[in-house]
Amino acid sequence: MAVLSAIPGLYQRRGWFGVAGFAAVVLLVIPFLRLVVPPASMLHVSDYYVLLIGKIMCYAMVALALDLVWGYAGILSLGHGLFFALGGYSMGMYLMREIGNEGQYRSFLPDFMVFLDWKEFPWYWAGSEYFVLALLKILLVPGLLAFVFGWFAFRSRIKGVYFSIITQALTFAFMLLFFRNDTGFGGNNGFTDFKRILGFSLAHPATRMSVFMITGLLLILTLLLCRYIVTSKFGRVLAAIRDAESRTMFSGYNTRDYKLFVWTLSAVICAIAGALYVLQVGIINPSEMSPANSIEIAIWVAVGGRGSLVGALVGAGIVNGAKSYFTVAWPDLWLYCLGALFVLVTLFLPQGVMGWRRSGSR
Amino acid sequence: MSTATINSELDGGPLATGISHLVTADRVDVSHGVILYIEGVTVSFDGFRALNDLSLAIDAGELRCVIGPNGAGKTTMMDVITGKTRPDAGTVFLGQTVDLTKLPEYEIARLGVGRKFQKPSVFENLSVYENLELAIKGPKGVWDTLFHRRDSMQEDRIDEMLKQIHLKERLRDQAGLLSHGQKQWLEIGMLLMQEPQVLLLDEPAAGMSDEETERTAELFLSLEGKHSLIVVEHDMAFVAALARKVTVLHEGSVLVEGSMATVQNDERVIEVYLGR
Repeated sequence: MAVLSAIPGLYQRRGWFGVAGFAAVVLLVIPFLRLVVPPASMLHVSDYYVLLIGKIMCYAMVALALDLVWGYAGILSLGHGLFFALGGYSMGMYLMREIGNEGQYRSFLPDFMVFLDWKEFPWYWAGSEYFVLALLKILLVPGLLAFVFGWFAFRSRIKGVYFSIITQALTFAFMLLFFRNDTGFGGNNGFTDFKRILGFSLAHPATRMSVFMITGLLLILTLLLCRYIVTSKFGRVLAAIRDAESRTMFSGYNTRDYKLFVWTLSAVICAIAGALYVLQVGIINPSEMSPANSIEIAIWVAVGGRGSLVGALVGAGIVNGAKSYFTVAWPDLWLYCLGALFVLVTLFLPQGVMGWRRSGSR
Repeated sequence: MSTATINSELDGGPLATGISHLVTADRVDVSHGVILYIEGVTVSFDGFRALNDLSLAIDAGELRCVIGPNGAGKTTMMDVITGKTRPDAGTVFLGQTVDLTKLPEYEIARLGVGRKFQKPSVFENLSVYENLELAIKGPKGVWDTLFHRRDSMQEDRIDEMLKQIHLKERLRDQAGLLSHGQKQWLEIGMLLMQEPQVLLLDEPAAGMSDEETERTAELFLSLEGKHSLIVVEHDMAFVAALARKVTVLHEGSVLVEGSMATVQNDERVIEVYLGR
């Protein structure tokens, strides 16, 4: 109850208007323009934009998750793409089962298993046909991995750039593992050609819009959860750990528990985003675990302004909006633009776009 | 590495909350009048003995000054007491019953051992008020802070402390914006919010103006009796101003103990400080 009573205080009036405005756009305006307004109309929103915005909302969740650990607790992860991908794979396993025997080979097994000449599902695919279990797996698998990894890393007091490098190595190791066909997750092709979720066709506009709206809703809930955390005393302890960890310890806080909690929570948020992403994009493969992907997440947060939740959202929006434009207009130039953006932000906007706005309004 | 192993054995687990299941602050037993026993503590770093069979006892409520030339082991002694460094041999008892060498840093802090660092160490991006709020004695587990609500009793205590450390006007300012001396005072204030039994102060007057140094000495003398204080100092004038029992460390063990006058006239001390 104490938590519920704290909710109105999370934002001032203007902040709540922003949240309500965003909710209205993704939960009412876009669904209306997509499903009700006829395609011939100027105002009709095409599937392309629904998918693009849906994807960016997933990325925004990931940016929030990274900002929580990096911006507030000072833990830079360069492996958050791993948790995103594992959430995606957990959802993907269920979606593969939903294909049933409508695959290329008309087998009850996914095509890639038929191709490998497997006769039955490996043990770790057990129960993957149940949606509820898939949901649990989305939360538990990445959560547990993050917990165990964090347990050892924080216990050994690994910090700063060493921690970042190990997270990078972790996601790389998993990428190599998932590239192998024998691992049983489709090798370098991953999972794709999904047909249904809970019996509803994934190609149907209503299904797609439902997924889109659920993504919007979960993004808002994630924002409010993160806001609650960073404005609580817990959030101030995180800032204390970031600024002076030994002072925090000598003040009686077990900093390892704090880091482990926020680290695991962050991984779980990433995993949820990954599952929603797979539902919309319709493919998951090991390239999501590539080190470059995880570094890109850090760039979103740096551009928006770490230590600001809205900044994380803005950063994910700006970079991915630019990416979708540039990869169509000048595909070869995109990586240069991304690199230049990162350099410019680091040099001229160390606090990101939000920091620039703040200093401008003073 | 040994630090980590010891920690994990004594911890209640990753999300353990609140006060330790092993010992509580109320159970510090000072029935013999001694709050801190350091007995036969040896610490070596790569063959160099930073502490060499060090033994020292601090009475409850005492203000003790510890001096010594560079490398005498003053800071290492504090590291051992606060759990930052594990000794190779020896024990550190808080009261009669609690062996601090077996506890992690945060447990030792919760038991009532506060430490001020040589360099002022405050939470620069938090306000002065928030710095004190985080230090205040109370439950400090993950769930405790996640569902914490501010209450008026705490606010009063913080308010009082702000007056005591002369930072009332700056309560909303970021701690990083304070002057060096003010940061030192804020850190001392944070220590006091923990209601510690033992205060370890590593060069508390470093970088302070004469007036600030004088006020600091006054503050420490006013704390005597309520808390036990161990002050490590280079500044002889400051030690003289405190005018309490002095322990001289040299090469990791106690060289001389006594009043300031005794210590200053001791030949061994003169030799150690001035060289042959």
